[in-house]
Amino acid sequence: MIIVEGLQKKFGDNEVLRDISTTITEKEVVCIIGPSGSGKSTFLRCLNLLEEVTAGVVKIGEVTVTAPKTNIDKLRQNVGMVFQQFNLFPHLTVLENIMLAPKHIKKASKAENEKQALALLDKVGLAAKKDEYPARLSGGQQQRVAIARALAMNPRVMLFDEPTSALDPEMVGEVLQVMKDLAHEGITMVVVTHEMGFAREVADRVIFMDGGYIVEQGSPAAIFDAPQHERTQAFLSKVL
Amino acid sequence: MMSSWQVIVDAMPLLLQGLWITVKIVVISLLIAFAIGLITGLMNTSSNKILKFIATLYIDIIRGTPLLVQVFFIYFALPAFLDIRIPAETAGIIAISANAGAYIAEIFRAGISSIDKGQREAARSLGLSQVQTMRLVILPQAFRRMIPAFVNQCTISIKDTSLLSVIGIKELTQSGEIIISTNYRAFEIWGTVGVLYFIIIYGISRLSRVLERRLSLK
Repeated sequence: MIIVEGLQKKFGDNEVLRDISTTITEKEVVCIIGPSGSGKSTFLRCLNLLEEVTAGVVKIGEVTVTAPKTNIDKLRQNVGMVFQQFNLFPHLTVLENIMLAPKHIKKASKAENEKQALALLDKVGLAAKKDEYPARLSGGQQQRVAIARALAMNPRVMLFDEPTSALDPEMVGEVLQVMKDLAHEGITMVVVTHEMGFAREVADRVIFMDGGYIVEQGSPAAIFDAPQHERTQAFLSKVL
Repeated sequence: MMSSWQVIVDAMPLLLQGLWITVKIVVISLLIAFAIGLITGLMNTSSNKILKFIATLYIDIIRGTPLLVQVFFIYFALPAFLDIRIPAETAGIIAISANAGAYIAEIFRAGISSIDKGQREAARSLGLSQVQTMRLVILPQAFRRMIPAFVNQCTISIKDTSLLSVIGIKELTQSGEIIISTNYRAFEIWGTVGVLYFIIIYGISRLSRVLERRLSLK
């Protein structure tokens, strides 16, 4: 599903990603953990080219993301993204937020689009809020709407960039629950997170990144219970 | 000697005619200026260096020279140089549009860059193109923030049209001068001219406050 080979990213002289290679298979749920500044968010953002890649190859499905001629808009329609800061469109209602992309990209009929949007809202438990503006929602609710919005284009892959880091503690659970449900539906997910409990419970594979490298990866049990690398051990001893 | 009221009443038809020309020039000029400002503002925020250079050059030239010089240049210098004739009113509209356009471009640039970059990223990550992102996500939010600055520019442009009296356009100020040259009643006429400008500008300020409240994000 996703193939990454020799991915490098520099911001000026600052090398954020040094040499990343990994393969993510269809329906796999991958959690990326690591200290801040380790490059995990940048890695995620390289997958849908929100960051320009300095060197290396990223393929999603049959599409080589990093090839110069790739229609990046088309690719992004297959790759949903959820941000730390939600980034809902404040001038549109909840329903309009979800319907925007299908309306203007797929030219979906209004009735069909609305039906799908309501179904998605129902899935994240917010059907009652369909006509509210984002500013009237709590952080957890906004993030659940953002997930519904990303799902509206029926993406094959969902990227989550620290989706619960900006939330008050009591709202983290509701967002993680929605993500768990998604994982069980079998959508391919790449999740950058500090929620170790979520990673342990839901991930098929955990990747530990530090200093722009993948230091260690494996099943949640392998990483959390028997980390091999000393940097993984040091990190986990601080967060667990 | 005629009473002040009588002077004002007698002058009113001519002054209102002047006011009409002022309003006409302002409305046409601001519509053009809005288009110029939008295009130049977008050029200025684009990553294309040539577009950006052209936009910056235009804005710097307009901001760096007095409007009066711009009016003279367009009305006297350009026609002489290009060997064409430009009617005074057209020249006036060109000058006001070009002038306001540069300032509105800066308002657009500031409005666009005030929108959090996460908005752009969210829109692009959904697969919306750059143009769609600008049109559907960035500009609708930027417009709301621009209203006060845009209204401010409107009021400035209205007052700027009084400079067009120097090229003989019979707008409000010029009408006042014409009337005074026949009746020598400076106090009544300039007073009335001032009040007429004030009514228009104050009305627009009030209207904008209503608009702002209507459009404010709930």
